Amino acid sequence: MLTVILILLPLAISLILLTIREERVIRQFALAGSLAVFGVAVAAFIQYKTCSHCNLLFTADWLSTLGVSLKFGMDGISLLMVMLTTFLVPVIILSSFNHSYSRPSAFYSLIFLMEMALIGVFTSFDGLIFYIFWELALIPAWFICAVWGGKDRIRITFKFFIYTFVGSLFMLVALIYLYFLTPLPHSFDFQWLYAATLTPVEQTWIFAAFFLAFAIKIPVFPLHTWQPDTYTTAPGTGSMLLAGIMLKMGIYGMIRWMIPVCHIAVKQYAPVAIILAITGIVYASVIAIRQNDMKRLVAYSSIAHVGLIAAGVFTLTLHSLEGAVIQMVSHGINIVGLFVVIDAIEKRTNTRNISDLGGIALKAPRLAIVFMIILLGSIALPLTNGFIGEFLLLLGLFEYSVVFAAIAGLTIIFSAVYMLWMYQRTMLGRTNAITEQISDLTRIEMAALIPVVIMIFWIGLFPGMFLDVTLPDVLQIIHFTK
Amino acid sequence: MTTIISLTILGVLTLFLGIMKKQSWLLPVILLGLVVSMVLTLRDWNTFSSYYNGMIIVDNVSVAFSMALIFSAFLIFSLAAHYYRGVLRPLDDIYGVMIFALLGAVMMTSYGNLIMLFLGIETLSIALYVLAGSHKEAVTSNEATLKYFLLGSFLSGFLLFGIALIYGSSGSFDLGRISAFVTSCAGIYPPMFLAGLFLLIIGLAFKIAVVPFHFWAPDVYEGTPTLLTAFMATVVKTAAIIAMYRFFTHTFHGIHGVWDTTIWVMAALTILLGNLTGLYQPNLKRMLAYSSISHSGYMLLAVVAFSAMSDNALLLYTLSYSIATILAFAILILIREAHGNDYFSSLNGLAKTNPSIAFCLTIAMLSLAGIPPLAGFMAKYYLFTTALEQGLLWLVIVAIAGSAISVAYYFKPIMAMYLKESNGIKLMVETPYKVSIFFMALLVVLIGILPFLVIGLL
Repeated sequence: MLTVILILLPLAISLILLTIREERVIRQFALAGSLAVFGVAVAAFIQYKTCSHCNLLFTADWLSTLGVSLKFGMDGISLLMVMLTTFLVPVIILSSFNHSYSRPSAFYSLIFLMEMALIGVFTSFDGLIFYIFWELALIPAWFICAVWGGKDRIRITFKFFIYTFVGSLFMLVALIYLYFLTPLPHSFDFQWLYAATLTPVEQTWIFAAFFLAFAIKIPVFPLHTWQPDTYTTAPGTGSMLLAGIMLKMGIYGMIRWMIPVCHIAVKQYAPVAIILAITGIVYASVIAIRQNDMKRLVAYSSIAHVGLIAAGVFTLTLHSLEGAVIQMVSHGINIVGLFVVIDAIEKRTNTRNISDLGGIALKAPRLAIVFMIILLGSIALPLTNGFIGEFLLLLGLFEYSVVFAAIAGLTIIFSAVYMLWMYQRTMLGRTNAITEQISDLTRIEMAALIPVVIMIFWIGLFPGMFLDVTLPDVLQIIHFTK
Repeated sequence: MTTIISLTILGVLTLFLGIMKKQSWLLPVILLGLVVSMVLTLRDWNTFSSYYNGMIIVDNVSVAFSMALIFSAFLIFSLAAHYYRGVLRPLDDIYGVMIFALLGAVMMTSYGNLIMLFLGIETLSIALYVLAGSHKEAVTSNEATLKYFLLGSFLSGFLLFGIALIYGSSGSFDLGRISAFVTSCAGIYPPMFLAGLFLLIIGLAFKIAVVPFHFWAPDVYEGTPTLLTAFMATVVKTAAIIAMYRFFTHTFHGIHGVWDTTIWVMAALTILLGNLTGLYQPNLKRMLAYSSISHSGYMLLAVVAFSAMSDNALLLYTLSYSIATILAFAILILIREAHGNDYFSSLNGLAKTNPSIAFCLTIAMLSLAGIPPLAGFMAKYYLFTTALEQGLLWLVIVAIAGSAISVAYYFKPIMAMYLKESNGIKLMVETPYKVSIFFMALLVVLIGILPFLVIGLL
């Protein structure tokens, strides 16, 4: 039941928000609502722990003639993704208080609509329902980025929409095709989809369709071209939602069913996929070093970081898959933290250009410290969350191939280079005319960032708790590939 | 049968009201009459009866589609008061002719004999030629009616010729007899029969506006008064596609043959050409014309993929397409009134001036594009599943590619409404009209979320 509440509550909040007119009330209500959803997620987590992996299933008939049923539930992987989503939404909403968006009721309503769709994606145990939520998430994302976005938003967000929509359509074809290969009577239930018998050729085609859909979302090189522009032009809130949560849908989809359904093809084409992902890591890192716009830099760094996750997923080793799940959470937290900090700087200086900034640490020490911590998490320094995930991912890659691990390992060096260099140029040195008057983090911004910092250390220091939750399910997935 | 009788009475009654100069009674009587005839139609559910030596066969499929047609007409009539407000001349002729067109459409859903099919099509078409030109002062309307009439009557000749050839080879107009003839042929058909079959397909394809018989559609749609364009794009198209579907299901019962390839190719071409050309249209009305062309391609999928599921697939598809299209046309009417044209620039900033209207148009566009969880998605999904089950993988891939292309133009109005600066003109909408619009938007959402309401029917 908690699973259904988790989906319906954001929807209800989203609808109620549309009826409120006063901006202050909207904000308070949105924040309270997002915390309430997080509360439900925590309750679900506790229940999941106490009933020892009972999956919190909810089943209802929907379109039984077509083998579609409303089947929602959570295993460890879903649970972590739901926790991530519900944790990040309050942070994102808090950070949005920095700005006064036009039409606030629509804005916050869309955020909750998106949260609902994301939770739906992570909790549906039925292929078609998964697809419906997957597409549904795109509409509010597009509206948030397009309506409240920055320069050239029409062209950029249109590209983003078309790219991801076309990718999903391939998934739809593969999905319906797969449906007819499931045992009679056909069903979209995950267990049935896993049980489908596929010839190697069919596996290849279905793999190709799924990979395209997921790779565009993640994005994997060379399907990433929509990403930097979209992240840059989107409002801060939009970038956070996209980078923090939405792209995890792609990796989640890969783990959840691309691997179990077409494992032969996954094994066969893994080298190709890993090479693409690793190319993306190096390529995006090199570009990130040369960026002057902080948001763009983070966008490219995101391609590199998720490239590593994608590469790890394809090795099909226990370490990598565990690492991929934990790194999805870490990356979500870190990148949202980075975007919040950049947003705070932009709010104060009206610029995101690294060359215009400098010496902020002198004037705003709290901002500089928080920024440093998030940055270190992102660089994967030991004791921070990034380290756990990247270490496991690289370990898995190492088991798979030393060469791949060596090249992919560059990501840590590269990210240290571009992140620390950015830090040096913006935070350290002398102040200039722009940064002269910069003020430190406000209380609201601290309220948004402190949970992020806590999570960075918590996952970094006690990763076992998070890894244990997903272990049985990851083992299950690996079992499918045997 | 009661449907046909009740609609005839309603049509005549409309004309009499005109004679008695009761213009203000017209719409209430018509709307009530349509509701009554829907109720009467529903009573035929599960009766499976035939009339006049099998001229008319009433089965659940025909009842369901008749309901869909009358319901579409009901929605269109609910917009008529606003559309024709301020028109001083009597309107009983236009309304009466619309009801007779609807009558023809209903005949096309329940024919059991090719003569009846031809009668239905002619009743529908002749009424439409009049309707297309009903805006007498406008040159475009005259152009539309002339084009439609010349081409339409020419293609009706094809249809009739086809029926004659089928009669010549099978010895009957009756669908049951033709079906027996088809079975007796055992896969080897006389050339005359095939020639007749293809002429029949061409005649019907013209009415559905399928590539390569679609050239009339954009011009005629553009010139015809907008309310009647909505009628053409929904009621007429549904009737023509169901006529074709009925012919194939009742005579061939899923026997495959050369015609499969023909319809396959037409469907693929329609989807691709309709959507690709849709990308380059300067205004909303022409865009909707191409959208309606491409949707006829999707509907043809159901004809090729005849199976136990295809009745439902076609019903869901035509219904969700019709509602979303009428919704789009309803808003198009408002825009044309306020701006005098319907270029995409007229939509600029509509989200600021009329947020609820903009939202409804967004729903319509997203549904037509097939984005979940709206009706259009469920319809497409169900149709594609039906087609894939029949092994039409490539046709489904073409159809999905078409959907991907179509998103690009369905987003044009959305982008204009939400992302462009407004030019300050606020649309004036009265409450009843708004209620119709909201009702249709609600239906689009509801059918998407609760598709089993429609899917479980047939």
